[in-house]
Amino acid sequence: MSISVIGLIKAAVLNGTPLLFGTSGEILTEKSGNLNLGVEGLMFMGGAFGLLGAFSYGQIAGENAVGSVAIAIAFLMAFLAGVAGSLIFSFLTITLRANQNVTGLALTIFGTGVGQFVGELMRLKVGGNVTISNALKDAFANGVLPMALQKIPLVGPILFSYNVFVYIGLVMVLAMTYFFRRTRTGLALKAVGESPATADAAGISVTKYRYLATVIGGGISAVGGMVYTMTIAGSVWNHSGLAGEGWVAVALVIFCLWKPINSLWGSVLFGGLLILYLRLPLSFIPTQIYKVVPYIVTALVLIIVSMRQRKEDQPPAALGVNYFREER
Amino acid sequence: MNEKAPFLRLAKRENINKRNVWLIRAAAFFTALVLGGLIFVIAGADPINAYGSLLEGSLGNPAGLRQVIKVATPLLGTALALAPCFKMKYWNIGAEGQITMGAVGASYLALSFGDTWNSFLLLPAMAIMGVIFGGLWSGIPAAFKARYGTNETLFTLMMNYIAIGIVGWLQGGPWEGKPGSQIIPMFKPAAVLPRIMGVHIGWILVLILTAIMFIYMNYTKHGYEIAVLGESENTARYAGMNVTKVTIRTALLSGGISGLVGFMVASGANMTLYASVAGGVGFTAITVAWLSQLNPLGMIFISLLLAVLSKGASTLQTSLAVPASISDIITGIILLCMLGCEFFINYKIILRESKNKEGQK
Repeated sequence: MSISVIGLIKAAVLNGTPLLFGTSGEILTEKSGNLNLGVEGLMFMGGAFGLLGAFSYGQIAGENAVGSVAIAIAFLMAFLAGVAGSLIFSFLTITLRANQNVTGLALTIFGTGVGQFVGELMRLKVGGNVTISNALKDAFANGVLPMALQKIPLVGPILFSYNVFVYIGLVMVLAMTYFFRRTRTGLALKAVGESPATADAAGISVTKYRYLATVIGGGISAVGGMVYTMTIAGSVWNHSGLAGEGWVAVALVIFCLWKPINSLWGSVLFGGLLILYLRLPLSFIPTQIYKVVPYIVTALVLIIVSMRQRKEDQPPAALGVNYFREER
Repeated sequence: MNEKAPFLRLAKRENINKRNVWLIRAAAFFTALVLGGLIFVIAGADPINAYGSLLEGSLGNPAGLRQVIKVATPLLGTALALAPCFKMKYWNIGAEGQITMGAVGASYLALSFGDTWNSFLLLPAMAIMGVIFGGLWSGIPAAFKARYGTNETLFTLMMNYIAIGIVGWLQGGPWEGKPGSQIIPMFKPAAVLPRIMGVHIGWILVLILTAIMFIYMNYTKHGYEIAVLGESENTARYAGMNVTKVTIRTALLSGGISGLVGFMVASGANMTLYASVAGGVGFTAITVAWLSQLNPLGMIFISLLLAVLSKGASTLQTSLAVPASISDIITGIILLCMLGCEFFINYKIILRESKNKEGQK
C-alpha cells in the first residue's frame, strides 16, 4: 500500500512538471495583463524543437554525446521556440493592438501546426520513429541527485528521486515568487497588469514590461512541452501526446489564483488527477470523469473567487485588455 | 518630457476608402502566402506547385468541393453564433463545448427514437434539443458573468473540456454500442440529415442563418442593444437597457446556434456522436468571426477559405509527401497576418519629417 502511495506521489510530480512550467510561464505573462491563449501552441513548439535539438545533437555527437549538454540544448531550443511564438503574440497584441483572445487562438493553431510539422518532418527524414539513444534518454528521465539521498527511505523517493527538470522548476517558481513579492521590477510588472494607465503615469514602460513578461513567460511555457516530450513521452514524437496539456496549464493558472507559489502544489495535484485513473481505478467512477475533474475544479474556483470578491484572489484587472495610451 | 518628436508616431485614420482597406488586406494575405511558401520549401516541395495542387485537390474536382463545403458549414455556423457575443464584447470562447453539448442533445433523441419516429418528427426535434443543450451550456457562464462578474473567457474555456469529457464518458458508458468498443452506434436513417448535391443540408440551413443573422445584427432592436452594450456598458445602462437580460439572452442565442451546428455535424456529417465531434471548429470559428469583422457575409468567404486550405492540405500529404499539419501552419500564418493588418487600416504611421498633419492632442 505504502509503495503504491509513494508511486502515486512520484507519478503526480512527474506528470505535474510540464504543467509547472506551462503554468508558471503563463502566470508571468498574465501578470502583465496579456492573456496568451497560445500556450497549447507554445508547448507543442517547445516539445518538437526540444526533441529536435536533443536528436540532432545525438546524431552529431554520436557515441560521445553528453547527457547534460543534450539537456541544455533541448532546454534552449524549447525556450527559444517559445520566445519566437510569444514574440509573434506580443508584436500583434502590443504593437499592432490586435485582439488578445483571437491572436492567442491563432497562435495555438499555428504552434500546434508547427510542432506537428517538425515532428512529422523529422520522422519522414529519419524514416521511422525519431528518438534518442538510451543513454541520453536516461539523462533526461533519471534522478539527478546523489544515490545516497535517493536511497533514504520514504523521503528519498518522494523528494529526491526526480529528474533534473523537477528541481529546475522548483527553483524557478521560488525565484518567480521572490520576484513578484520582493523586487521593484516585480511590483512594477504587477502594476502594469492591474492598471496600465497608472503604471504609465508612474513612468513604467507598459510596452517594455508586457513584451518582456510575455516573451519570457512564453519561453518558460514552451519548456514545459519539452519536459513532457523528453520525460513522460519517452523522448519520442507522438502525434497527440501533448494535446490538451497547454489548456490544462491555462486552467491551472486560474486554480493557482495567479500566484506562482501555488503552482508548486497545484501542478502536482493536476498532474495526479490526470493520471489517477491509471493508478487508482475505482469501478464506480468512469475514467473520463477523472479526466474532467481538473476543469470542473477550476471552474468552481473561478466561480467562488468571483463570488467572494477578495482583492488578492482576483485575476489581474487589465487581463486581456490592450493598453492604448491615447484612449486613457 | 520635452524631447524631440519621436521618429515614428501613430495617428488614427479617420476615413480610409474601401479600396485601400482591401489593398491592405490583399497585401497581408499575399504576405501570408509567401511565408507559407517558405514552409513548403522547408518541407522540400516547390511552393507554386504545392499551392497549385492544394487548389486542385480542394476545388478541382466535385468530391473535393463537397468536402470543402462540408468543412466550411460548421465553421460558418459557429462564426455566426459567436458574432453577437463578440459584438457585445462578451468573450465566449466556449463554442467548442456548446457544439459538443448540442450534439449530445440531438444524439439523445437520435439514439432513443431512431427506430420509432419518422424523420419529419425526429430531425426537427433533434435540432431543438441541440439548440436547448447548446444554449444551456452557454447560459451557465453567462448567468455567473451577469450575477457575479465571473470571467467568461476562462469559464467558457473550462466548459469546453467538461463537455468533451461528458461525451467521452457517454461513449464508454451509457451510450456505448458494442460493449468495450468505446463507440456510440451509428444513427438510424431517420436521424440522418438528407443531402442536397452530395452534402448534408446543413449548408443550406447555415446560409439561411447567415441572412437571418445579418438582419438580426443590423436591423433589430436586439442587435442595437448588443451593439450599444458592446460599446459601453454604462451607456446601455443609462439608456435603460437591462444589461443582465441582454447578456444572458445573447449568450443563450449564441450557444443555441452552436448547439444547432452540433446537431448538424452529428446528424449530417458523422451520423454518430464522439468526443471530438466539434474537432476544433469552436476555436477556429472564433478567428473566422473576428477576421470577417463580425460581418456575416464576410464569414462565408473566410470559412470557405479555411476549408479550402484544410481540404487541400490533406491531399498534399499523399501527393507531395508534405505533412498535413502544414494546413494548420498556413492557416495560422494567414490568421496572424490578417490580424496584424487591421492595425494598418486603423492607424497610419507618420514619420518625423512629415509635418502635414497635426499630431494627436
